[in-house]
Parts: sequence; C-alpha cells; structure tokens
Amino acid sequence: MYVPEQDADESVSRVVSAFLERRQEQIAQRWADAPLFRSVFTVSRDEAIEACKAVLDALSDVAVSGRFEDIDAPGFGTVREQLGRMAATRSRTGSSPAQISAEVAALRGPAADLLREEFPDPAGPEAQQGVLALTLIMGTLRLVVMETALHEGEDLIHRQRQQLLEVATPVIQLWEGTVAVPLIGTLDSARSQVVMESLLEAIVEQRARYAILDITGVPTVDSLVAQHLMKTVAAARLMGAECIVSGIRPAIAQTIVQLGIDLGTVLTRASLADALAYALGRQGIEVSARADARAVAR
Amino acid sequence: MSQPLPGQAQVPVLALGDTLLVSLQGELHDGMAEQLQHDISSRIATSRVTGVVLDISGVEIVDSFLGRVLAEIASTARLLAARTVLAGMRPAVAITLVELGLTLHGLTTALDVDRALELLSPEEK
Repeated sequence: MYVPEQDADESVSRVVSAFLERRQEQIAQRWADAPLFRSVFTVSRDEAIEACKAVLDALSDVAVSGRFEDIDAPGFGTVREQLGRMAATRSRTGSSPAQISAEVAALRGPAADLLREEFPDPAGPEAQQGVLALTLIMGTLRLVVMETALHEGEDLIHRQRQQLLEVATPVIQLWEGTVAVPLIGTLDSARSQVVMESLLEAIVEQRARYAILDITGVPTVDSLVAQHLMKTVAAARLMGAECIVSGIRPAIAQTIVQLGIDLGTVLTRASLADALAYALGRQGIEVSARADARAVAR
Repeated sequence: MSQPLPGQAQVPVLALGDTLLVSLQGELHDGMAEQLQHDISSRIATSRVTGVVLDISGVEIVDSFLGRVLAEIASTARLLAARTVLAGMRPAVAITLVELGLTLHGLTTALDVDRALELLSPEEK
C-alpha cells in the first residue's frame, strides 16, 4: 500500500480530522449550496446536508488513518455508493467527466477557508500544512468519485452488451418443424455462441427438422464469420436437423468466393423465402394459391 | 475375449423388429466399447438387421474416443449392410463436439429415437 512520508506527520492528520469533525455542520451547510450537491439533491436540502455529512465523516476517517493519498483507504468504502450515485446522476443530466471532476474540486475552497480560520495565524506555516493536507485529501476524493463513476459506466456497458446479445438473436418458428434465426449485425464469437445455443435449444423444443440461418442483416462475411456459420451448421446437423444458410447477397457471395472460403458442405439459398420453400418441399408440404384466388389474379 | 469383466456393466442391445436399439448411458470405458462393437456386429451378422439406432441422450460428454467408437460402429454396420443413426444428442454435447472440430461426418443424425426409427423405416428409403 502507498503511504507517503508526509502522511506520517500525525499532528497534521489529527488537526485535519478534528477540524472536519468539529466544523462538520458548517462545512455541510456550505457544500449543500455547491453545484454538485444542489443539482443532485434538487428536492430536499436536508438530504443534501445529510449526504455532505456522510462524506465528511468518511474524509475524517481517512484523515485519522493518515492515508491522504490512498484511494483504497477504508473510509472511502462507506461513501463509495453514495458518490457513485451522485456521479451517475450528474452524468445522466449531461455533465462531462471533466465537469463533474471540477465540481468535486470546487468543494475544497469553502472547507479550506474554514480550516484557515482555525489557526491563529492564517498565513503561517502550520495553517499552510493543514490546508495542504486538506487539499491532498480532497484530491483523493476527486479520484474516488471519478473511479466510481467510471466503474458504474463499465457495469452499464456490460449489462447492455448482455441484453443486446439476447435481444439480437431471436429464434422464430416459420412452420411446424422449421425454425429460423434472422442474424442482424456483425457476427463475432460471443454472438455466434449465443446463436448456436439458442438455435439448438429451439431445435429440441420444437422438434425442428430444418433450421434456417438468415444472414441478410450481416454486413460483411469474412473467414471468421464463415467459420462461425459452418460451426453452427455442423452443430445443428449433429442434433439431427438440416441447416440452410439464406440471404447471401451477391456482393457477399463474391467476397466469399474471392476469399476462397469453402462453403461446399453448407446448403445455401439466395433468400429466406427460397430456404423456406426448400424446407417445406423436403417435408412434402406444398403451398399454392386456391383455385378461385388464381382466377381473380388473372 | 467377449466376456465382460466382473463388475463392469454391459451396454444393452435391444432388437426392435429389424432395427437394433443401443442406449448409451454415462461414460463408456475401453472394455465396454470393445464389447459393444463386438455385440452389434455379431447381432447384425446373425439376424436380419437393417438399421442401428445409437441413442446418446443419456451421455453428457462425447470426447474424441467416444466419437471414434461411434464412427467405427457406423462403418462396421455399413460393411454388414445396415444403416446407423445417431440419436438424441444434447445441445451442449453438440456445441462441444463442434468446438473440438469433431463433426462426425458420415454419421446420420436424428433428434431422438422416434425420428431415428422414422428415418430407418422402409418408406423413408
């Protein structure tokens, strides 16, 4: 753990923590008017003051431990969730990380002014040392806020990626015994894994004999995508279902040929309709217009 | 050589009309695999069997060994003029096999035993 030498100066850390505890009410009152807290707790000022006090308690704990520059100091753990919530609220309203960071930095001023008044000589070396310690600790708070905010963002991205995977790969029943997966977007390993799993589940569930992989919505096919497709086709075959790849646009067909990818083992059709017609034909199902409808069409 | 070792389970081979039904459960050991191959080929040779259904719905792991055994059974049966259908593979097993690059080419597959028997029935031929 990182413990700089100046942190060993116990008297300074005692002074700062004692100050933070004694003047908690006053600092909280001033912070509650700062843009950061005012914009997060728009409804109740009391709530803002409570939040300020919680943060001040944490800072005081950190000051006692003397680990001014350690973002893993135990004191910060208790307010991490609250700070994350605040940062998340701010970023939802459109503030950039730099703005949030500046708002946290703005909290230092009022507290430093109060701290200076504590000393008999506001410009003396003791006061300077105290303010320096406070500045350090506020800088660390800023880091903690940014770290928490980034973490929240990462969580959000992770959750949305999961949701996207599930949403983007529906397996639909086209006919009794025939299922289709309309693939939309780039096919990477993670997605092809999900496609494979859901397709095989659907084959078992609906007792499908034919599975159609429609790649109309896949922008490009390279050797990796082709490999994923062939794997899916092979897996479906192992389950006893015949797999048809449809929706190969002319440009994609050319790319496949130019790349020298051999899709010889895969049954292909130009469109989803052709693939369905093939699957129906193989099952002995014939679809035709009724006689009277044909007469009307003429 | 064809006698099973004491304490070692044997895979039952059931006759359904002119079809043999083999239901594999759990793991297949070397000795059992050899015994099974021997049983199936002698049953095909001595009776009027035209089809073999290998049901692996009770198998959770198919490795390269079991894959090879299944392919060998199918090849042997073909030499004796019987068709083999692999039935009831689980989705997870299929995914593992594909990831391993074992696509079991040359083996006919079916969703379950019912479908396999349908495939082997005379109308389908």
